[in-house]
Amino acid sequence: MTVWAAREHHRFEAAGKPFVYLVPSAAIFEIDETADAVLRALRERPRSREDLAGGVGVDAALAELLRVQAIGERDAPAAKTPKIIPLAPFPLTTMVLNVTNQCNLSCEYCYEYGEDKIVDTENGKQPKFMSEQTARDSVDFMLKESGTNPVAHVTFFGGETLLNFPVLQQTIVYARQRAAELGKQVDFSLTTNGTLLKPEVIEFLAENRVGVTISIDGPKEVQDKFRVFHNGTGSYDVVAPKIKELLKRHTSRPIGARVTLTSGKMDVKRIYKHLTEEIGFWEVGFAPVTTAPNRGHALSDRGYDEMLEQFRDLAYEFLEASVDNRHHGFSNVKETLAELHKGVSKAFPCGAGLGLLGVATDGDVALCHRFAGSDAHKLGTVRDGIDRDAQRAFLESHHIADKTDCSTCWARPLCSGGCYHEAHTRYGDTQRPNLHYCDWIRGWTDVCLTIYGELAVRNPAFLAQFDDERAKEPVS
Amino acid sequence: MNHLKPINRKAARVERATEPDVVALQRTGLPQLPHFPIGCSLVFSPGWEADRAGGTAGLCQPVERDLFDCHIGCYWPAQVPDQLNHAPDWTSKCAAAQKDWRKIDLIFP
Repeated sequence: MTVWAAREHHRFEAAGKPFVYLVPSAAIFEIDETADAVLRALRERPRSREDLAGGVGVDAALAELLRVQAIGERDAPAAKTPKIIPLAPFPLTTMVLNVTNQCNLSCEYCYEYGEDKIVDTENGKQPKFMSEQTARDSVDFMLKESGTNPVAHVTFFGGETLLNFPVLQQTIVYARQRAAELGKQVDFSLTTNGTLLKPEVIEFLAENRVGVTISIDGPKEVQDKFRVFHNGTGSYDVVAPKIKELLKRHTSRPIGARVTLTSGKMDVKRIYKHLTEEIGFWEVGFAPVTTAPNRGHALSDRGYDEMLEQFRDLAYEFLEASVDNRHHGFSNVKETLAELHKGVSKAFPCGAGLGLLGVATDGDVALCHRFAGSDAHKLGTVRDGIDRDAQRAFLESHHIADKTDCSTCWARPLCSGGCYHEAHTRYGDTQRPNLHYCDWIRGWTDVCLTIYGELAVRNPAFLAQFDDERAKEPVS
Repeated sequence: MNHLKPINRKAARVERATEPDVVALQRTGLPQLPHFPIGCSLVFSPGWEADRAGGTAGLCQPVERDLFDCHIGCYWPAQVPDQLNHAPDWTSKCAAAQKDWRKIDLIFP
């Protein structure tokens, strides 16, 4: 006699209806009362058909649940996660160019200069600024490694990116010209702290349609707590007018703010309101600080709970706006909705080392911009190309199939263990899943699933925007 | 499906991928498993005659399915042109076998 058992899934409710998120397929189904009751009974314990009450409706529901693998035979061996390493050469989508490793701010929590830094940017081997030649070599490398992709994305990063504005300008001109020769297009973006947004810089960024992300933490007292100049003075009064000027002139692309959340008083809603309504940002994305757990600014477990509550509030604000087809700029929820809509089920937490690579000031290629310049995370150079053996070894050792801690977690299709750099900072090992924020990830995924379900019922047309859009996150 | 409604794109793909094949002899009672009659002498399954639950949907394979199964999925020396060396474009006009099989060219050795 066949005994049925529930397979991995996460049940949630939205708009008064039950839904299931299936793992690992990442398919989302709305289920009716009968299917919901069958699944609930099988979650309690495995049962045979005789053990489940009900008539033909239950038979049909069982068949459909089985068909989508929400349930299975209890005695069938558990399906193993297939370990498939993407074929090389994998086309490069995004190259993050660290044009300088110097910064005019001294944000205490910074992963690049603070206590958790990986690379010595003061006395290390790398030049402090990328040369024009290295930038050109990087562009050639990018265009070659992008394979048959028609569009290549270049993100300028630092340090403070605009400290090397001359090379940034020359690189854009050179990349446009080289891409045109090859019949390709290049899309440019950068991340900056906003301190060096002079009128001529703004003019150049607007004219060249360079996407801009500003690192800013919120209103004056929040911003000035950590984001300070070398002499300790806060940066808010310097950046706020410059950002307003940028937003006024640069209208060819939406401009987003990127907020680092730290311990202490956290007020996500207020920060969001300030940055959108008072400063004028189109979108705001939040991320908890990446740091070793013993630092003063590190988020505690309680801090993550608090952040989740506040994210939930703002996400519901996003929902109500989206139901009415009004814009809302909480980008975290939008990014997750895009992934839920496609049903991504990740073998790797992000594109680092795969479709995304970081380039250090000397032309060394690394996993991502956060590892740029680190010999331990080097994957070649822009002159000699990608070190395919190193890349393969990295992918082999970081696949979700080997993260046993994640093997029973329903949120793994989206999280896949989380940020390599966060794991490295936290545990000294890129292979480790980020177990310190599992509850937060599951909580946040549940919130986003609920928002997704609500939108699917109340304004399905809103979700159509995610049909073709590639999930592209700002670099932070 | 009547009890489950696909919501995201992956769910729609799951639904399409598990579309049950035409089953000649319906089994009753137990939930019906997805049925893919792709029998072959390589696997020791009842294959061509009946599936593991006794279903006979695998009988009378359409000829085009038979053809593709044998010369692509199996080493069995099928009576089809050598598509690797001699006739690489043999099926180029045949995007979907079930629909376009009449467009397959005649090949003379």
